[in-house]
Amino acid sequence: MSETILEAHGLVKRFGDFEAVRGIDVSIARGESFGFLGPNGAGKTSTMRMISAVSAPTSGSIRIFGLDPTTDGPAVRSRLGVVPQEDNLELELSVRLNLEMFGRYFDLPRRVIRERTRELLAFAQLSERAEDRVDDLSGGMKRRLTIARALINQPELLILDEPTTGLDPQARHLLWDRLYRLKRDGVTLIVTTHYMDEAEQLCDRLVVMDHGRIVAEGAPRALIEQHSSREVVELRFSTDSHEEFLDVLAPFAPRVEALPDRALLYVDDGDATLHDIHASGLTPASALVRRSSLEDVFLRLTGRTLVD
Amino acid sequence: MLTRVLPSFGSRRSWRVFERNFMVYRTQWLMLVSGFFEPLFYLLSIGIGLNRLVGTIDVGGRPISYAAFVAPGMLATSMMNGAVIDSIFNTFFRLRISHAYDAVLSTPLDVTDVALGEVWWALARAAVYSASFLVCMTLLGDTVSAWVILCWPAALVVSLAFSSLGLAATTYIRSWQDFDLVSLVQLPIFLFSATFFPISVYPRWLGALVAASPLYQAATLMRGLGLGQFSWVMIPRLAYLVALGAVGLTIAARRFRRILVP
Ligand SMILES: Nc1ncnc2c1ncn2[C@@H]1O[C@H](COP(=O)(O)OP(=O)(O)OP(=O)(O)O)[C@@H](O)[C@H]1O
Ligand SMILES: [Mg+2]
Repeated sequence: MSETILEAHGLVKRFGDFEAVRGIDVSIARGESFGFLGPNGAGKTSTMRMISAVSAPTSGSIRIFGLDPTTDGPAVRSRLGVVPQEDNLELELSVRLNLEMFGRYFDLPRRVIRERTRELLAFAQLSERAEDRVDDLSGGMKRRLTIARALINQPELLILDEPTTGLDPQARHLLWDRLYRLKRDGVTLIVTTHYMDEAEQLCDRLVVMDHGRIVAEGAPRALIEQHSSREVVELRFSTDSHEEFLDVLAPFAPRVEALPDRALLYVDDGDATLHDIHASGLTPASALVRRSSLEDVFLRLTGRTLVD
Repeated sequence: MLTRVLPSFGSRRSWRVFERNFMVYRTQWLMLVSGFFEPLFYLLSIGIGLNRLVGTIDVGGRPISYAAFVAPGMLATSMMNGAVIDSIFNTFFRLRISHAYDAVLSTPLDVTDVALGEVWWALARAAVYSASFLVCMTLLGDTVSAWVILCWPAALVVSLAFSSLGLAATTYIRSWQDFDLVSLVQLPIFLFSATFFPISVYPRWLGALVAASPLYQAATLMRGLGLGQFSWVMIPRLAYLVALGAVGLTIAARRFRRILVP
């Protein structure tokens, strides 16, 4: 692909004795949108903080814009936009001053700050609340303001850690729309999310992390093809544990998994499988055939589900 | 010593932190006003109340009014209280509650800019409040020497010492409950630092303890300057305060880094 905007090798982050990130290699091209997926505690946020030139890696190397963030931190950060997982707005300041002050940190001229603040307030749908104290906003409004704030310096690389957590569906689509437009303008995006649909929609390429390591990497469709079957049959039985059905279902599919509330059969032809199951006399309370999704890949790779 | 510690970290970007605090302060005008009236209240209460009761006091073989004796010490106390409010309460809020510093660190500023910016802020605040204190003091007739003007730069050193110690202490505070501990330290320092009476009233063992109190050193230094009674002991007093400031700042910068960018 084109120019590499971010490159990391053997990235490790240790907190005391605990190794949160255990050797990560990524290379991201300018204009790409790149995703980090993984269960809670996988090390996504720790990684994001290293690649946003905030926390120094315990070992390994990072180059962003061709610069080393440990020595050129300010220069790197001046070209980044960061949406942290936890909002960290200035609760003592108004909505407008939150944006304006952030612009000052980037040494932007006041006139530029005023213009961008107006535009970003509109984007965050907070123009009416501009003079209110941030403390009085709802959770989702604070989130929108945090996202808007990250755009004040028109970053080349935007790093978003679970940006849509806490947003209503409308605000979520508004953000997606904005991200598409930024991407069209050449901005590189790095996103973490727990919403698999979001990852499929937004990311050209993604990695799945687990226990501080990358366990898979690729385009969403490619990952699905590689790590899951074409279709999935979802069965619900009236039982306390779907694990009891694993043995019975095993002959019907190359791979069967039991979740607390349903059993999943990974097959090529879902309808045919379902037909066979009914013919065998099994009577699930409900049955559904669907295409494989990123969620299936995630469940498979992070071992959050049980048997293979 | 200060010039050796300060430029070793931070950049001109630290002024943005100053600017930020100013923005917050503007919205909290009540705090601004109270900071201005505090010295006036101190001086009036002493001047009208204690002054009548105590009358004159003998310092270095010279009788002076009790108000003139106690006012420089009050200035030192006011610097301590201001530093506690700003460096401890406000910094704790930004460090642990709103996580506002975390946001600042995702901009070109870094940890040392944040620490240094807070120091600039503490100094500027001290400059304004100590000036207003000295003006009130003069208007109320509690000055006996023109050398009192030297209390102004001295107040900045005192404020720097307490702000730096306060910043360092803040990094060890985990919850609002820990503030009781702050009061537990602050109150005896306030009461026993010989700001209201000469240290000679204490038995010798307690006197030694009091001498270690930064507020005692600050108050005594201020009193000497305010009365125009100079002595070589002022130099170690000043050095003690500067050293406390440098130690506080070094600890604060290191702890800030550990907390903010683990
Ligand atoms: N400052 C810290 N000190 C000690 N341990 C930490 C620190 N920050 C993170 N960790 C640990 O590192 C591991 C990875 O945390 P991280 O926040 O990177 O996970 P994550 O993938 O972002 O999870 P989530 O999806 O819940 O946000 C966790 O076990 C966490 O407890
Ligand atoms: Mg996280």
